[in-house]
Amino acid sequence: MSFLKETPLDVRTVAHQVVSPERGGVVTFIGAVRNHHAGRAVRQLEYSAYGPMADLEFARIVEEAESRWPATVAAEHRVGTLDVGDVAVIVVAAAAHRDAAFDACRYVIEEIKRRVPIWKREHYVDGTAGWVDPTAPAGVILPVE
Amino acid sequence: MIRVKVLLFARFAELLGATEMDVDVGAPATVRTLLDSLRTLTGGAQLPPTPMVARNRIHAQLDTALEDGDEVAVLPPLAGG
Repeated sequence: MSFLKETPLDVRTVAHQVVSPERGGVVTFIGAVRNHHAGRAVRQLEYSAYGPMADLEFARIVEEAESRWPATVAAEHRVGTLDVGDVAVIVVAAAAHRDAAFDACRYVIEEIKRRVPIWKREHYVDGTAGWVDPTAPAGVILPVE
Repeated sequence: MIRVKVLLFARFAELLGATEMDVDVGAPATVRTLLDSLRTLTGGAQLPPTPMVARNRIHAQLDTALEDGDEVAVLPPLAGG
C-alpha cells in the first residue's frame, strides 16, 4: 500500500492503523493547503512525486522514528490537484505516553519534508503558477515569461 | 561507457523537456560526471550546481559511483508536506 494517495485523506483511516488499547498518547499532524505563499494568493496546488522512491524513503523514516522512540507511526500524503483547505498530509504517532508520540510525530513530518521526493506547483489567483522551492530566496521559482 | 536511465521531475523535467532518458557516460562514471553530460543537453545548463540526486531510489552524493543499468533521478528542491 502506497503512502501516496490520489483521493482525499481521512484522519480516522490513518489513526486506525496505529491506535491500540496500550497506546494512550496519540498525536496527529495535519497539513492543509494554505491560501497564500510568498506574498501571493494561492488558488490550487498540484503535488507530484517519484512514487517508488517516496514509498521507500517514507518507510525508512518510519523505521528510524520507531527505533528511536517507543511509538508507532502512520502517515499518508496526497498527490494530484488540491484546493485551498484540502488536506495534503496526515501523520499520526501513537505511544503509551505523550512525549514519545509528540517526538515521533514531529520527526516524521520534518523528515518527510526534507527527504521524500514530492514536488508542489502552486497556481495563483492572478492566473500565474510557480514551483515551490524552499531553497530559493523567494520560496518559489516563477516561470520565465 | 555505461548507460543509465535518468529520471527527471517537476521543474527539471520542464527544463530538459523530458521525464526519462537513457544517457551514456564514460566509465568510471559518478553522479558528477553524469550531471556534467546532462548540462550539455538543451536546457541542461539551467540545472543548479549541486542538485539532489538519487541512485536506484536512494539519496546519493556527487561522488557516488554509477554502474551500467542504474536508475538515476535528478530531484528538484523537495516540497512535500
